[in-house]
Amino acid sequence: MSRQIRRLSFVFALLMVAVLVNITIIQVVNAGDYRDRPGNQRILLAEYDRERGPILVGTDPVARSVETGNTLTYLRRYSNPKLYAPITGFYSLIYGATGLERTENRILNGKADIFAVDRIQQLVSGRQPVGGAVTTTIDAAAQRAAYLGLRGKKGAVVAIEPATGRILASVQSPSFDPNKLSSHDPAEIREYYNKLEADPDKPLLNRPIVSLNPPGSTFKLVTAAAALSSGRFNPNSVIPGPRTYDLPLTDKELRNWNRRQCGPGGKVTLRDALAISCNTAFAWLGNELGADAIRDQAELFGFDTGFEIPLRAATSRFPADPDEPQTAMSAIGQFDVRATALQMAMVTAAIGNSGRTMVPYLIQEVRAPDLTILQTTEPEVFADALRPSEALALTEMMVNVVENGTGTNARIPDVRVAGKTGTAQTGDDRPTVAWFVAFAPAAAPQVAVAVLVEDAGAEEVSGNGLGAPIAKDVIEAVLERR
Amino acid sequence: MSLQGTIEAPVRKKPTRRWVELLLLVMAWGIGLLGTMQIGWVSGEGMTPRLWITAGVVGGLALAMHITIRIVAKYADPIMLPVATLLTMLGLLMIYRIDVASARRATLSDSPMPTPDVYSQLTWFSVATILFIAVLVLLQDHRRLARYTYTLGLAGLVLLVLPLVPGIGTTVNGATLWIRVGDLSFQPAEAAKILLTIFFAGYLVAKRDSLAVVRTKFIGIELPRLKDLGPLVIAWLVSLAVLVFERDLGTSLLFFGLFVAMLYIATQRRSWIILGGLLFMVGAVLAYYNFAHVRSRVTVWLDPWAYADTGGYQIVQSIFGLANGGVLGAGLGQGFPNLVPFAKTDFIVAALGEEIGVTGLFALVLLYAILIERGLRTAVAARDSFGQLLAAGLSIVLAIQVFVIIGGVTGLIPLTGLTTPFLSYGGSSLVANWVIVAILLRISDRARRPAPVAPSPDDAMTQVVRAV
Repeated sequence: MSRQIRRLSFVFALLMVAVLVNITIIQVVNAGDYRDRPGNQRILLAEYDRERGPILVGTDPVARSVETGNTLTYLRRYSNPKLYAPITGFYSLIYGATGLERTENRILNGKADIFAVDRIQQLVSGRQPVGGAVTTTIDAAAQRAAYLGLRGKKGAVVAIEPATGRILASVQSPSFDPNKLSSHDPAEIREYYNKLEADPDKPLLNRPIVSLNPPGSTFKLVTAAAALSSGRFNPNSVIPGPRTYDLPLTDKELRNWNRRQCGPGGKVTLRDALAISCNTAFAWLGNELGADAIRDQAELFGFDTGFEIPLRAATSRFPADPDEPQTAMSAIGQFDVRATALQMAMVTAAIGNSGRTMVPYLIQEVRAPDLTILQTTEPEVFADALRPSEALALTEMMVNVVENGTGTNARIPDVRVAGKTGTAQTGDDRPTVAWFVAFAPAAAPQVAVAVLVEDAGAEEVSGNGLGAPIAKDVIEAVLERR
Repeated sequence: MSLQGTIEAPVRKKPTRRWVELLLLVMAWGIGLLGTMQIGWVSGEGMTPRLWITAGVVGGLALAMHITIRIVAKYADPIMLPVATLLTMLGLLMIYRIDVASARRATLSDSPMPTPDVYSQLTWFSVATILFIAVLVLLQDHRRLARYTYTLGLAGLVLLVLPLVPGIGTTVNGATLWIRVGDLSFQPAEAAKILLTIFFAGYLVAKRDSLAVVRTKFIGIELPRLKDLGPLVIAWLVSLAVLVFERDLGTSLLFFGLFVAMLYIATQRRSWIILGGLLFMVGAVLAYYNFAHVRSRVTVWLDPWAYADTGGYQIVQSIFGLANGGVLGAGLGQGFPNLVPFAKTDFIVAALGEEIGVTGLFALVLLYAILIERGLRTAVAARDSFGQLLAAGLSIVLAIQVFVIIGGVTGLIPLTGLTTPFLSYGGSSLVANWVIVAILLRISDRARRPAPVAPSPDDAMTQVVRAV
């Protein structure tokens, strides 16, 4: 019988080997494939099993993780969800993450290299890593002022601290509720997401930094800057400002918004041309300076550069090779000139910052779970767009816009506000967008703001009517806090 | 037995290897303790009193078994007790780990705290220890069991069909394999597997000579006489009945496989394996075409991914868990074993595999292999045919269980509901497997005990039977 028993043990040994081979195939050979299979919740659960760090505005956690009693241990909660949606983004089971939730994922989930020391501890202890905290540069008061100002409208506001490039406000309207996209209920998430996707007003679009629009007359700041830095013009230079400007090579003509000439005898100073937003004068200036000069100037302000703040902003563009009529149109922010609200805020901020363009940023610092500071963003110069004297001259011209020109709605008692209105057509039959850009106090600005309101009226005054009051509120919110 | 006195006086001194057993036992206990401590640490629960109490109780029980062996079976195999103890501790560890996960969920969701199953399992381990000691103390000679061959066989059959009796049988997850008396419920099949192994051993020892007679040769295969086919056919029919009426695929497979293997050992005729295999195939085909639950097991096995949300859910989740474990495992307390259905019972190997990785599972399968190998070695070493057959049969019971359940949860073979010996949560299985170890230790003690051993009346009787 012993022989039979030995034979049987050999058979059982073979069966055990078969089991081991099969286990090895599952756990080693095919493991990677299985991990990525639909229905495998483990990667997700590992992510949701970890306490994700908060996103802070000042000391206020606008996004934080709260413990649940469910399989998914932590739930992402957003206080003031719609207010901060363009900054935080969402953190969804189904649609992944957007906003800072996406770009700062490795900080928030504690996997970034700066946590290496913590990770070694975690490896030993087996504890789940806890994520770091991301503190934004957002000024809560400015953000709220901008959000309230845009209520009921479609548009975006970006506010920047001119000296540093810190983004103080980034607001979109309409907005969405990231709580509903970050819940643990797939059906609710899908339903809400589909509703947002179907909305013609595109609430998921990060308007402040992604939406590209013709900047209209606010672009005259760039043309004026190019004129001043060319050395050929100063604010008192008299330039032609007739009722109409014949577009060269075409049978079309360009008119002023009020269909009048800009000054007596069709002549106007550069200062006045900006104050009343004279189209013909700036169209003439455009061809006088040439497209290349304007583009160079625009690029010093940040055009044609993709910024990651660290959210990826759309690249604002000045047309590559415009002919003369196109240059004339581009000089007044029409034709193919496209800019984000962020870009126009940067132009404005640079003028206020003695002509120095700063790299915009949204993250002030990164803290470890124990709140020690791991990283602080230092302000970085992007370019010197204007000499200080030219910037000062342009600032005075912009103050004149608010005090005597088209931007009177931005006036603040006892504060010198520098601003510029704009209205642009997005297409032949498409609705117009109204702009207002401003900074204050003019002598030492603490805030530069760009307001974009879509579907505005056709009049140049719409920038003043719709945009200026919002800009004013944002400026006041910042100045009152200091 | 009165013969004990003569055995106490050895002719030559043989090492008992009890110190080896104690050393291995301490090592096993240390591994279990370290694992439990890691879970306590990782879960943030810390080194709670209940952790030390549990470790203390397990250590105490194992020590009690060790001391019993020293007194009543001192020549017994020194490896089996530590290995079975380590396996039991790994099971307790994993049950504790899943308890911790469930408790955490309950705290977070403010729902009532679930009763920790680890205490219940620990209680069952105490019962197992008592029975282990009782078997070794009361059963001084395993050959006494041969006297009750038919009584035990009948008892085994009754236990097997007991769940079918209305009023006491309970259907759990589609299989009727539980009986419930008041608050107590147990799986009679677990006890039946021991009783029937004893019966097979006793019966085959008595009948093997006639069963080994070759009647005809058919294309080179020696076939038994037609009238000797009876027992095999009966075993086959009983297995089919278990499958059909209790829907217990695993138990059905276990009994038929066990009987065929023991028949082969007893008769030394390969023809029985061939015949058994043919009957198995006929049964499998019949079951496949006539019973939906068998068919669904097979279709799910062939492509679990196609049924990932329905019938294949368990196996797919099991594979996900194993894949997450990888080579070294997620680490104790760091996987998601609660995602796998029945993680404490049928799928405990998958839950373990996620946290200890392929490395840990190799070690685990090796532990089983060592235990089975020691059992089969005991069978080879046994001095009497009944002991040989019984030891081999009990080892085969363990081997079939291990292969069928680990193969099942890893998708190597269709999934059948069998418990994982020593690991699975559940009292009947734990107690039954410890009784198997006790009997194997008794046989190995008798086998290694220094000669001369006075022949017992049973042996004499066996000799007579063989001579017939």
